[in-house]
This record gives sequence, structure tokens and C-alpha cells, in this order.
Amino acid sequence: MNIATAPKPFSANDYKSDYKPVWCPGCGDYSVLLAFTKAMAALQRPPEEIAVVSGIGCSSRIPAYTNCYGFHGVHGRALAVGTGLKVARPDLTVIVAGGDGDGFSIGGNHFLHACRRNIDLTYVVMDNRVYGMTKGQPSPTTEPDWDSALAPGGTGLRPFHPLVIALASGANFVARGFSGDPNGAADLIVQAIKHPGFSFVEILSPCVTFRPDQREWGKMVHPASVAPTDDPARAARRIMTDDGFNIGVLYAGNRAPFKPQQAAPADVAAIEAEFAL
Amino acid sequence: MNDTAKRSLSFAVVGSGGAGVMTAGHMLLDAAARAGLYGLMSRSSGPQIRGGEAAALVRLAPGPVESHGDRFDVLLAVDWQNAHRFAAEIPIDDATLVIGDPGEGAVPEAFASAGARIVPLPLKAIAKKIPGGRPNMVALGALGALAGLEADALARAIEATLQKGGDALTASRTAMMAGMAAVAEAGLALPKLTATRANGRWAISGNEAAGLGAVRGGIRFVAAYPITPATEILEWLSSALPRVGGTLVQAEDELASINMAIGASYGGVPSLTATSGPGLSLMTEAMGLAVAAEIPLVVVDVMRGGPSTGIPTKSEQADLNIALYGLHGDAPHVVVAPNSVADCLLTTQWAVHLAETLQVPTLVLPDQSMGQSRVVLDRPADIRFATRRLVAEAAPANYKRYALTEGGVSPMAIPGTRGAVYTADGLEHSERGTPSSQAADHLAQLDKRANKLEQADYSRYWAEIEGEGDVAVVTWGSCTAPVREALARARAGGVAAKLVSLRLLAPAQPERLAEALAGVKRVLVVEQTHSGQFYRYLRSAYELPAETRVFHRPGPLPMRPGEIHRKIVKELAA
Repeated sequence: MNIATAPKPFSANDYKSDYKPVWCPGCGDYSVLLAFTKAMAALQRPPEEIAVVSGIGCSSRIPAYTNCYGFHGVHGRALAVGTGLKVARPDLTVIVAGGDGDGFSIGGNHFLHACRRNIDLTYVVMDNRVYGMTKGQPSPTTEPDWDSALAPGGTGLRPFHPLVIALASGANFVARGFSGDPNGAADLIVQAIKHPGFSFVEILSPCVTFRPDQREWGKMVHPASVAPTDDPARAARRIMTDDGFNIGVLYAGNRAPFKPQQAAPADVAAIEAEFAL
Repeated sequence: MNDTAKRSLSFAVVGSGGAGVMTAGHMLLDAAARAGLYGLMSRSSGPQIRGGEAAALVRLAPGPVESHGDRFDVLLAVDWQNAHRFAAEIPIDDATLVIGDPGEGAVPEAFASAGARIVPLPLKAIAKKIPGGRPNMVALGALGALAGLEADALARAIEATLQKGGDALTASRTAMMAGMAAVAEAGLALPKLTATRANGRWAISGNEAAGLGAVRGGIRFVAAYPITPATEILEWLSSALPRVGGTLVQAEDELASINMAIGASYGGVPSLTATSGPGLSLMTEAMGLAVAAEIPLVVVDVMRGGPSTGIPTKSEQADLNIALYGLHGDAPHVVVAPNSVADCLLTTQWAVHLAETLQVPTLVLPDQSMGQSRVVLDRPADIRFATRRLVAEAAPANYKRYALTEGGVSPMAIPGTRGAVYTADGLEHSERGTPSSQAADHLAQLDKRANKLEQADYSRYWAEIEGEGDVAVVTWGSCTAPVREALARARAGGVAAKLVSLRLLAPAQPERLAEALAGVKRVLVVEQTHSGQFYRYLRSAYELPAETRVFHRPGPLPMRPGEIHRKIVKELAA
């Protein structure tokens, strides 16, 4: 290729829009946005060939902060929107993004079935173990003793374990990242997008406003000590027994992605003829 | 108008589940169609999946049949188990032939009390003499003979249904012939219907017709969650769509199915989902999203008895309110309704056209009585709408997804289009799509979304207007056919009335209705709801003559021409 006409490679900045995020100063989601744009630059797909789909919540504001096609839908249904989009437009790279409340509470059923359906898309959940947009209520991943106005003294409920659920439901790729390490998170997102089928990346993304205790997460995270496995049973055992702060690819399976039904092409007239007596 | 009432024959076949009454009814309709008659077959059954009571209701006539009549000419029972539950659905009188197998017990009091002529016919005993013979095929022969059909037409219907040849086919044919012979022997006969030469006629159910309308309209993505009585639309599309390059995905629930359809449509592919009342309730939030984000979308709601789980297998028009008012906020959208089984095709196709050109969710409201009935009709006309979604070209200068345009519709960028990226949003937004809580943006976008529907040209399809007179009946959906029949009867009795059946329910068209009702002094509104939903809607959105009356009653019994005729005479006759 002639150097003079060779397209300029995309930089991370090319994937960033000029909107100013609504997030609080210090929010982990800024770094996740950075990880998104770095991952996109690493993949070098033109921005218009990527769609970022979300539901409702602080982290669900992310689509408009990218320079990609975005969809900011209703609470909990991002995976359904992303599924329809990917099936209808398999040529696009579809990234679904959101928070723990959106994905595991109101959207919990879609999470199970998206894992199970194994469509070739990537789901990034920014987990801060709290409903931030509504100003601090417990989410499915909140610790049982976390005190709040809605659940004084804590919910007393066992937290939902997204990675195990993803694995049990059939996700083909499971990873955990940390917003404090945007380069590492970007790398996980790249791997997730490249991996066929449904890939799930949980990114621990502190809410400094309602969960100031999460500032300590930087000290708690550590790289996963072993290489990813393709054996779901081994992966499940590891994930269930880890401390919740090991970062890396925890499972990379080889299940064939969803394929819509195919049929020999026919024109509408031929289909209509079947109604003729 | 039509004279179906005078020249039609109505047959009811009842039996317990597995007795094969639906098969017999289906074959009777098919044979009649092959013999040059038109007809309609509806299915009625209890809630059981297998083994419950079932009734096939078949009406045959020389011309198109769109609804059932007031009474049945023949009631044939393969057995009488729980058949009394159909007494209200199968009105009979002293001119009806009630045919029952004496070996299956006496005619239930609910039917016997009508004073009908009771004819014993030992279906089981006759079938037993034929190796592999079944009573329902003996019943088919008996019904076919009463309908004046030739053995050949019945045999061809059997072949078409069974498809496999061999012993089963021979047994069914022999049993059918035995049924014909038994009727001849008993000296039973009904007035003969005049058949016409059948050329290219179709047999199609309302749900299939809706599916075909979707495909004709250009739908290429469907998300499906099964629900009675809409499932057949989805099942039909599941095999039809891949053949035209489309896809169907089974969703985990209705929340997912509508959001999948929205996602696919955002991707530029015309999309649809189909459901019934409970599913529609779950979908209303996402319909509002499609209104706000201006995503073209078709939702078919095959109405059943409500509220809640209601009566899943039977019909009612009571989802009108949720269809019109179910979305929160000021959320203008389109609601259309087919007016017959056959019209499910045109109306669904039109809905796709409106959704795509107006970038708006469009609800289609057939009901169980249309969706799950099968009709014989002339091949529907090839109607083609100039459907084109207004899309943004690559690299537009200063692209604004929600630009304020004269017609209210603005170019939609399809993902993949260079230089036009935007985020579709359920949040109120500026022209560019940026979330905004500013009063000016809110007003501008509310106006935009309302204006595009107000300015749209809904063409002649907005309503069916028939006949002349200074009185009129205004109705919609499956009430249309019985109203038409009632009006024909009224005309014969000297009452000339107009029929106005609305296909477009929202947005309201007060000027067009006023024009249609020019010179009309009295109006009767007819609908199948308990609370008069349609009447109240008309009262709120339309100018109606001072003397406007309403005849409304709930399902699940179909509206009968006779009861409507009585109301017409009472309320509209001078």
C-alpha cells in the first residue's frame, strides 16, 4: 500500500466523544471509558462499526461518551437490545455495558439467557456494588451488612456471584478487571471481543461517593495466579473459592456461538403459494 | 351488501380432545373450498392442552364468509363429554339437526332443550367395521354429505391433510364414504349451496395472514415469546423468515422480545414481535422507549379475554385502552386493527409501512377470533406500499438525529454509516440526541413526535366505509363482519345505514370521521368490551352526533349479527 494513502490508524481519542460525563469526580467509570477507547484503538475497527448498548444507571451513560453508535435504553434490557442488534447486524461489533443493578437485578433474567444463548457479543459490567444514580441503595452484589437508608443495618442477603452465574449459564468467556488498571481492563475487553460467543467482563469500578470504602480496592486486587482454563468445572471451583479480587481471564471456553436458523432462499411469492388451495 | 345469512350453512362438530373434531372441521372447510365454496372455521376449546373438550365451528357459503351466524344448522357430536360447556357458543333451534352417536349417551339437556331434530348416527360402530377407521372421519363424511359436497372433494381434503398415503389414507377415505352413506340412508339433506368455480383461492388463518403481512411489508427480524393466541404468528414466521433472509430469535420473556426487536430495528432491519394482553403489559415500557428514541417497530397484540390471564383461548376487544393509553408520558404512537381474518394481512403490512416511514412503534390489534380462525378467500391483492425508512447518508454535515424537520421525521443513521454516529436514547434529548432536561428541548421533541403522526397521510385505509344512510354504525375489528351482516338484514327490512369500521385507531382522525358521518343523524357504536372502551374513546377524541348510542358487551362469545340487528332496529330505525 502506498504510504501516502494508507489510512491513519485510530487512536484511543478517536473513540471518545466530546460529551462531558455526568459521573462524580473520582468515579471508576472514567477509567472504564478509557479502557473502552484503548481497547477499540487496539482493535482498529472504525468507530461507526462498533455499537455500545446500555440500560439505566451511572455506568449505562457510557455509550454517548464513546464516538461509536450508541443505544441508551430502559433499565435492565441492554442485553436484549444488544442481542437483537447483533443478530440483525452480525457485521457490527456489539458491546453491551452497564452496572450491577441493571445487569443482575432488573436485568438478571436476560443475563442468564444471554450467557446461555452465546451470541457473539461482549458484556461489560461496571460493578460498584451499589445503586449510585438513585443515591446509594444496595444492589445484588452488595455485602449483606452494608448499611443504607433503604436497608438499615444491611440486607442480610448473600451477594449474587456474577462470574459463577455466567459460567453456569453458559458464557463462553469470563474475566474480571479493575478500573484502577485501565490498560489491563482494555486488554481484557480486547480478548473478550475477539473471543467467539458471549464474553462477560466484570470490572470492579469503585463508587467513591456512596462506597468510599471501595477506595481500598486498589490495594486488594491482584492478578489471577493461574492461566485461564477451558474447563467450566475447574473455572467454577476457582471463581467460587477466590477472594473476589483476582484480575484476569478466568475462563475461555470453546462453545460454538449462536447461529440463527438458515433456509434455502425463496421469494415471497413462493411462500404465499403455500396458502393456495 | 352480502346475503351470507340467507345462503350459508353452519356446522358445529364437538368432541373430547383427541376425538379429531378439529381435523374433521379443517377437512370440511378444505373440501368445501375445493368444491368452490367459501368458508370460515373457528376453533373453540377448553383450557386443557390435550384431552379437553373441543369444537370446530364451520360456516360455508357461496360468497366470502367473515364471521359466524346466529345459529347452527348442524351440531354433530363425536361424543358428548363436556359438550354442554359449548352450549352458549353453539346456538341451535328447532330447525337444527343434532347428530349424535347413541353409543355415547343422550344429547345433553343444554342442547336437547332447543327442540332440535335429534338424529342418532352410530359413528363409532360404523368406524369399527373399517380397519383403522375413526369416528371423526365418519363424521366428516356425514357433514360433507349434508353440505352437499362430492366424495371426491372430501377425499382430496383428506389426502391434503394426512399427506402420508397407505392404510391410514384408505381407512379415512372408507370411513368418510361410510359417513356419507349413513346420511343418505337416513334421508337427511340441507339446502344446497351454489358453488362457484374456484380459481387460485387461498385458505389462511388470521395469524398466518398477519405473518404474511409482516413479510410482505418487509419485516426481517422477529423476536418471539410464545403466548396464546398469538403463537401461530411467531411459528409461521419462524420458518418463513429465514427463507427471505430474515431471522427469528426466541426470547426469554416479552421484556426481552420487544427490546430485541428494538435493537434489531435500531440496526436498520424492520422488526416485529407478537404477543397477547399479558405480554403487551410487559412491553409497554419499551414501546415508550421506541416512541422516545424514534425506532420503527411493529407489535401485534392478538387480543384475548382479560384482565390478567383472563380467557387465553377466547376473544375480546378489551386491550383497546392499554393500546391507546398504556404508555407513560405523552407518547404518541400508531394503533391499527384488522377488520377481518383476511384483513390481518393488509393491516399488518400497512402497520410495517407506517412504523417504518414514521419511525414510530405501531401496534396491530387483531383478536383471538381472527387469529385462530381460518378462512377461504380469493387470492389477496398484491398491495405494495412505498415503504422507505428515511435514513442518513454517510458523513452528513453536522448530523442531528432528532433534527426538527417540517414533517417531523428526521433521517435516522444506521450503524455502519460513517460520520453519523449518535446515541439513541430514552432520555429526553436535544436535536443532536444529547440527553437534555431543558424545557425547550422537551417541548420541541414532544411537538416533533406528535406532529409527525398528525401530519402523516393515512390514506383510504384509515377506515372501511360502506353503504349510505342518515344513520350509521361505527365499529372496529372483529365486530365489523357481524355488523355488516346485521346491516344487510336491516337494509332488507327498510333501514338504510352506513358502516364505518375504523382500521386506524390512533392517532384519532376526527375530521375524517366527521366527513364520513356527514348527514348522519344517529350513530350506534358496536364493540366487544365490558366497559365500552371504544365508545368512550370516540366520545373523547371525536365529534359525534348527539344521538349516539352504544352496544357493547364482553367476550368470549362472538358478536352475533342477530343481536346487533336488534340494536340497529331499536336504536337507529326512525
